[in-house]
Amino acid sequence: MKDKTPGDATESFERALARAPKDQHYVLRLFVAGTTPNSLRAIQNIRLICEEHLQGRHELEVIDIYQHAGQLAAEQVVVAPTLVKKGPLPVRRLIGDLANRNRVLAGLDIIPRPAPE
Amino acid sequence: MRKPIVAHRKDGAVPVLNSLPKTPTGVSGLDEITVGGLPKGRTTLVCGGAGCGKTLLGMEFLVRGATQFGEAGVCISFEETPEELASNVASIGFDVRALVAEKKLVIDYVLLDRGQVEETGEYDLEGLFVRLAHAVDTIGAKRVVLDSLESLFAGLPNEAILRSEMRRLFRWLKDRGLTTIVTAEKGVGTLTRHGLEEYISDCVIVLDHRVQEEIFTRRLRVMKYRGSTHGTNDYPFLIDRDGISIMPVTSAALQHTASTERISAGVPALDEMLGGKGYYRGGTVLVSGSAGTGKTSLAAHFLDAACARGEPCVFFAFQESESQVARNMRSIGIDLEPWIAKGLLRFHAERPTAVGLEMHLVRMHRVLAQFRPRLVVLDPVTALAQGGSLSETQTMLLRLVDMLKAQRITAMMTTLTQGDDAQGQSAAHISSLVDCWLHLQNIETNGERNRVLNVLKARGLAHSNQVREFLLTARGVQLQQAYLGEAGVLTGSARRAQEARDASVDLLMQQELDRRQLAFERQHKALEAQIDALRLELATEEQEWRQFSRQSAAQLRQKGEDRELMVRSRSADASAAGGKAKRDKGAKV
Repeated sequence: MKDKTPGDATESFERALARAPKDQHYVLRLFVAGTTPNSLRAIQNIRLICEEHLQGRHELEVIDIYQHAGQLAAEQVVVAPTLVKKGPLPVRRLIGDLANRNRVLAGLDIIPRPAPE
Repeated sequence: MRKPIVAHRKDGAVPVLNSLPKTPTGVSGLDEITVGGLPKGRTTLVCGGAGCGKTLLGMEFLVRGATQFGEAGVCISFEETPEELASNVASIGFDVRALVAEKKLVIDYVLLDRGQVEETGEYDLEGLFVRLAHAVDTIGAKRVVLDSLESLFAGLPNEAILRSEMRRLFRWLKDRGLTTIVTAEKGVGTLTRHGLEEYISDCVIVLDHRVQEEIFTRRLRVMKYRGSTHGTNDYPFLIDRDGISIMPVTSAALQHTASTERISAGVPALDEMLGGKGYYRGGTVLVSGSAGTGKTSLAAHFLDAACARGEPCVFFAFQESESQVARNMRSIGIDLEPWIAKGLLRFHAERPTAVGLEMHLVRMHRVLAQFRPRLVVLDPVTALAQGGSLSETQTMLLRLVDMLKAQRITAMMTTLTQGDDAQGQSAAHISSLVDCWLHLQNIETNGERNRVLNVLKARGLAHSNQVREFLLTARGVQLQQAYLGEAGVLTGSARRAQEARDASVDLLMQQELDRRQLAFERQHKALEAQIDALRLELATEEQEWRQFSRQSAAQLRQKGEDRELMVRSRSADASAAGGKAKRDKGAKV
């Protein structure tokens, strides 16, 4: 999963140096499939995470895929639920009901990624 | 064994043998093999290795659906972007961009980058379902292609979820009544890498390509078609600028109707040998002979005559190029160029080793379907044997002959025999397929080689049994009357020498005759003269005789009168004198 190519490594290294994680603004979009259990869990989970870690520096938009079917192709949504982190870059997609909190935090670059087992 | 599967009807339509509703693909040949198309409203799995044409088959299904059958289609592409797809299929003549603009086709590119995706819990493929449903509803699609669905397995980590979602997806497609093609990569020992065949049970088509004798052939096989009969063979197929084309049927049962129409061989003397009027239309003519015996020239005559009648012809050349044949035929006074320019004659020149036998058959099939010729020439079919074994070649030729007969195309095939053996292997193994067999030979005598032609067989024709000398002149092929000399049939300069000898003998005889006639006439005249002289003599003799007899009569009369006078003067017995007088009178009369 980790960036392997030298160019990417350098880039991410410099980004890591430059960024101040504490004040980055997060733009999040959560695509859910209506009121299925997975969707409801995902909404609840992301709300909790945002309150805990991204207080005051995030935008969260919850989108029902049934109502916005036309947007899915552009957003490359295949599974539901999908959380798209539009900012800060890089764009990342988190799939599933966001129950694995560590993975979500790592995926959102809130905590460092765990070393690969 | 290849068996006839589908009886072709004249109009090319396929008889519907079963009630299972089908969706025609429009892919040339596939609808024949599947007896009408893919199962309507169901999912068909198309699997095969890399580069065997899965995506193309899917795209052709959609494009033909949109253009020929008025059914809009959706392609969910997991591998290629719409732009890539459009340019890929543009090379085979599909204008995907136009169809997209006309809302007859939607291409949705699904990108799954595992590097960008973090799995954080339970999920399902509802996003894909919604996208698909949205695309289908936007244009009212009836056809769907998922290319290739298995990419999901690479993009999403949880196989258990995927499997249950696959099942749901196929159920969903069926419920929506969408005729779907799902493509999948071939796995090791399995049809697909991720076992998609478990979920798709209605129709499975396997694509394949193999290299045999260094020749690449694509093949298609309908492995399974629930509720329908279908062709079971490996069918070779072709991808070219008109898309996919499959050569479907080995042979319709021998049911072609035989024509009684006769067509000229282009050489009047040859027509004469074939019972006066040439070959039967729709027949297959084999011209065998060793190198340089004039096979192609004979074929050119045949073509020339057909083109002159205004019949479209195709020349399948396996050894020479179009211009080479045209140039060579000009040297014997046959100009094929005008026919080519007029579009009556089409050349299809290809090296036999360029593609496999099957592919040759497919290409010929395609040319025949496009050009609809009345007459074809294959020169030489033996070259095809280079692309396969003898038995393969024979099978292929059998199918070719059947294909031609089914379309009532008159065909002339040339074969190259080794040496001058009429029963040469290469000719013998196809002789049973043909209706008429002309054999050309080189006869070597007196230090020269001469060509002779004979008709080995001609089904249904009262043909000549004579071996005729075959001359290639600046005015085309000429057949000489067989010259029977003391030492058998004479050809070439031996024939000419014998003719000269015979001519000199004839001359002598003629001179003798003239001489005798003169002599007779002279004799005749001489005798005539003699006759005249004799006649003159006779006339003289006659005249003399007449004169003499007149004088004698006069003398006799004078004597009688004198005597009477004397009696009277002697006064003898009057009665006696009277009796005497009466006697004299009688003598006088």
